[in-house]
Order: sequence, then structure tokens, then C-alpha cells
Amino acid sequence: MASVSIRKLGVSFGSLSVLRDLDLEVAEGEFVVLLGPSGCGKSTLLNAVAGLLDIDDGQVWIGGKNVTWEEPKDRGIGMVFQSYALYPRMTAEGNLTFGLRVAGVAKDEIAKRVARTAELLQIEPLLKRRPAELSGGQRQRVAIGRALVREAGVFLFDEPLSNLDAKLRTELRVELKKLHMTLGSTMIYVTHDQIEALTLADRVAVMHRGVIQQLASPKEIYQRPVNRFVAGFVGSPAMNFVSGELVANSDPVLRTADGTEIRLAGYPFNERPQSGRKVDLGVRPEQIHFDSTAPGATALPLALTLVEPMGADSLLWGSIGDQSVSLRIGPDETHKIGEKVNVHFQPAAASIFDAETGERL
Amino acid sequence: MSTVVSSADTRRAGAGPREDARAQAAGPKPARLSPGRVGIYAFLIVSALFFLIPLYIMVVTSLKGMPEIRLGHLFNLPSEVTFKPWSDAWLHACTGRDCFGLSPGFMNSVKITIPSVILSILIGSINGYALSFWRYKGANLLFGILLFGAFVPYQVVIYPLIIGFRIMGIYSTLTCIIIVHTIFGMPILTLLYRNFYAGLPIELFKAARVDGAGFWKTFFYVMVPMSVPITIVAVIIQVTGIWNDFLFGIIFSGRPNWPMTVQLNNIVNTTTGVREYNVNMAATILTAAVPLAIYFISGRWFVRGIAAGAVKG
Repeated sequence: MASVSIRKLGVSFGSLSVLRDLDLEVAEGEFVVLLGPSGCGKSTLLNAVAGLLDIDDGQVWIGGKNVTWEEPKDRGIGMVFQSYALYPRMTAEGNLTFGLRVAGVAKDEIAKRVARTAELLQIEPLLKRRPAELSGGQRQRVAIGRALVREAGVFLFDEPLSNLDAKLRTELRVELKKLHMTLGSTMIYVTHDQIEALTLADRVAVMHRGVIQQLASPKEIYQRPVNRFVAGFVGSPAMNFVSGELVANSDPVLRTADGTEIRLAGYPFNERPQSGRKVDLGVRPEQIHFDSTAPGATALPLALTLVEPMGADSLLWGSIGDQSVSLRIGPDETHKIGEKVNVHFQPAAASIFDAETGERL
Repeated sequence: MSTVVSSADTRRAGAGPREDARAQAAGPKPARLSPGRVGIYAFLIVSALFFLIPLYIMVVTSLKGMPEIRLGHLFNLPSEVTFKPWSDAWLHACTGRDCFGLSPGFMNSVKITIPSVILSILIGSINGYALSFWRYKGANLLFGILLFGAFVPYQVVIYPLIIGFRIMGIYSTLTCIIIVHTIFGMPILTLLYRNFYAGLPIELFKAARVDGAGFWKTFFYVMVPMSVPITIVAVIIQVTGIWNDFLFGIIFSGRPNWPMTVQLNNIVNTTTGVREYNVNMAATILTAAVPLAIYFISGRWFVRGIAAGAVKG
């Protein structure tokens, strides 16, 4: 177990600056997920922690030690890669032990560690097989084993489940969570899959264009996104955005381009709302209901356009002017398409962003 | 063979030969013998025969005695099969004043080829590995210069090389010819290996670094075991190239080390006495035997390796 501290990190490839002035503190035993779209710099950040690329600026501390100039092997890390990256000409056991053999660990110690790791991951029957003789899930298990056997303080995962099919991904996700609970090790996990991020993480760092947009618990990220990017990136189906102009009376109101007025009473503004400010109102599909009895609920006039059945529930789409809004309904509910209805949401649970800066108001 | 297929599978992660087979089976069963196929086969057979004619004449002539050859029936089978031309070519044919046949030349060629092949492949693979995984400053420039080397006409560098080797005091020795072959093999081998390694996932290299393997350990424990297919291609290219070499051999190896090709030339071009066509033919076949054997044994490896090296990177 070890803490990780990234201070003022800067990485660039040639003239392209990927990360600039990035700070991140990961506590001992914490599971931090770096979440973001492709090219946001999350893998770069992980590689910088691992010591696999040259950094231009800043420092990386692991376990209270400055490892900025240490080789990857001396940083006390274990790493799991998306493509498994198993050595194809070695058996599973050879893959597990390669690092230990290179480091000159005693034979009986190696055997002990392999036995322990194999038992933990239930890969004992696979040890004599080559990677080509393993299924995708088994390969990733062996790859995780190769990281564990190093008994490092920090484990780095670079999209480890992305190459697996949906069912296996779910299974291994649960196992990873259990593994973290068993070992209590510090883990940094890179993914573009928000479900993985929300289910696994103690804290999620949402990244975009080389900057950590928000670093918070999954719940906080989901419920109180700090800007429009985080709001739109996290959540599936995606958050609805209704843009309009703020009218600040005693009760603030959002007026859309077609003149519809949406009352925002109860929304916890960070600063005093100003009239005329262009904003985006963000409401998650499951926060919108037909039921109007919830305390502080406000009405949203909607012209229904279509229904998307998704099994467990359905997604009902409607429009306010030319802006689309979706809400979750039960799988058996029926609504007449083309009808105009009033749906309701609680402004207190919604998010409002400045249309220009994208910041939460 | 199966071992290499498996490594290729790992790389393509799933898109293995099994799926290819299924894709083929799904299509309509081809008609067993359509007119088009008859035409194709007829054409292939005729061209094969055409290209085999010289070989046929060589084999037939080498099995005839001189009196029968003088009759001039080039295409006839030997009326009396004799292997004496073969043993003469191997043991007694004269090159200049020495009459020991091709066998010393064969031994020389072996002594030149084996170290040159090993050395050039070792250096070429290390070059390719360093160029694809250890992107040091100026790597691309170096690679460009190496590639440029592949296009320099040999004749341009021969004289400077001779002078250089003479100054070093190793001109006209076995060492000298081995160095020459190693140098001239480097551009193509570096290119070959660089492309091969560029096709491997970079994560494999990263995994080895996290595991604590440095430059050499990563190379020998991780990369070399995966390089079997491309190394077979490299061996084929180098063995045939070096074995068939005449120019460097005659210039750099020195008279006692002349390779088989030079000896063959001397046997065939001996101007004294009768021209022994049967011995010449036998000697030529013997000299060509090594590359031929390599091609026959490894033909399919060759195609596969070239494809693997060319498509990626």
C-alpha cells in the first residue's frame, strides 16, 4: 500500500501538450478511476505514473518517495494493460514469474507468491498454458496476476476490461472490486466506460483535454457535476440539456427560445442569478416524472415524439420547442405520441450551467 | 509450425485461422472442374514446363558421358547414366592449377555464409528492436541513412572498402568478407525487423519494462522468442544472398577463401582442354543446391514472413 501524489505534471509529445500543470493526490488504499473520452490524456497520466514516458515538468511521488526519475521497476507498481500484453512464448506461470526472475527473487519465494496469486485469482489450472491457449477473460486474469505477484504498493490499470465482451466485463468488474476490498491496495484505473468508473471508484477523476474536470465520489460526480462536460459525459442515457435565458425574479425562471418558462425555485445557486444570462438546464432522464406531487416539483411542458424500449425500462422522448428531452418510464407505460403533456422535476436536484463557460451556477 | 501460428493468433487477438476457415466454408462450393479452371491449370502447367526446361537440360546433360554429349541431342535422356561428372565436379575439376573440384569452395562458402548470416541477423534484429521500441533522439535520421544504404550501388563503395580493409590489415581474409556481408545485409534486415517489431503491441514492451527487464533482457527474453517467423525470412534472404554472391567473394575473401560461386566460374571458364559440359552442369547444380534446398524447405515461411513484415508498420 502506498499513496500516489502527482504534482504539477506536464507531458507533451513534440509540440502537442497533453497534460499541463496537473495535480492529483491518491490516498493509501484508495481506488481512483480516471474517466474520460479518447485522447483526454488519461492513459498518458497513467503512463507517467508508471514511468513509461518522459515527463517535461512536475513530479511523481509514490509512497512518500519522489520517483520522478526512477525506472518503472523501482517505483513499486504493478500494471495491467488493455491488450493483456502477456508474453506469448511463455506459459501463464512464466508470465507471472518473469519480473521476479529478472529481479532475482529466490525460487521458493517465487513459488510461494505464484501459489498465493493463482489461488486468489483462481488461475491454478491455467498456469502451464500459453496465452494463445487461454480465453480473453483468462488472459486478463493472468495479466492481473502478473501485476499482483509483484506485491507492489500501487496497481495501475489501463482500460483492462475494454477488450472483453459485455458479460465477462461485468464479471471481472465485480471481481476487481472484490480484489480491491481483499487487498486494500491503492489502485489507479483508466477507463472510458462510465459504468466501470461509477461502480469501482472511491473517487472518479473526469478528464477532458488534459485537465481533470472534477475529482469526487461517483455519487457527487453523478449528482452534482461541476460543468457541462462532466454532466454530459457521465450518465447513460445522457443528461438532458435545455438552454434558455435566465429571468431572475423573486423566483428565478428559465425562458427558452420559444417562450416556454420553466420555474427553477429551489435550485441552490452558487451565486445570485442574473437576468439575461444564457444557461443550460441539465436534468437526468430519471429525474423527470409524470407525477407532480414531489415537493418543490416544477412543470416541464413536453410534446411527446417517440418511445425507446430498453428492457428494464423505456426512454420516452419529447420536445420543448426544438430541444429534445428524454425521461425514463416503466416498461409497461403507454403514452400517445404527439400528445402535449406536463412532466415534472425537482430543480433542487437538477444542474444549471453557464452556456458560455459551461461552469455550474 | 503450430507454435508460430499461435503467436500470430495472440497478436491478432481472436481473428484466428478458425474464423477464416468458417468464412470460406460459408461461401458456395466451387465447381470441381469448370472450363475456366482447366484453362488456368493448362496455362500454369505450360509455364512450369517452360521454366523447367533449363533445369531438365542441366540434369540430363550432367548424367551423360562426353561422347554422348558430342552427338548434340540436347533433349534426349542419357542412354547410359553416369555419375562420374558429379564426382568430378565435386572432387577433381580444375580451377586454375588446383584440381580439387568444388568441395573446397563449398567449405569456403559455408565458412563465409554461416557467420555472416548469424552476425547480420543479430545486428539487424537489434537495430530493428531499438528503432521500434527505444525511440531515442535521431532514431529516424539513423533509420533513413540505413535505408539509403540499401540503394547505394555496390560498385561505388568497393574501392573505398578495399582501401579501408587494407589499412586495417584484414583485406583478403575470411573476417573481411564476413564483415562486408554483415554490413551489406544491415539495411534490408533492419527494415525487416523494424517493421516486424513495429507491428507488435507497444504494451508488451511496457509490460516488460514494468517487470524490470532492460534493453537486453526485453530483447532476448521477450522479443527474440516472438521473432521466429521473421527470422526464418531473414535467414532465407541472407543465406541465398550470401551464397549466391560472386562480386564480394572474389574481391574481399582472398584466393584461399574463394566461395563456391567463384570456383564454379573458374571451373566453367577453364580454357585449357575440352569443355566438359557434363561436369559444368553438375557443378552448377551443386552450387545452386543450397539456395534451392532453402527455398523448397521454407517456401511457405518465406511468403508468410514477407507478408507479415510488409503489411504492418
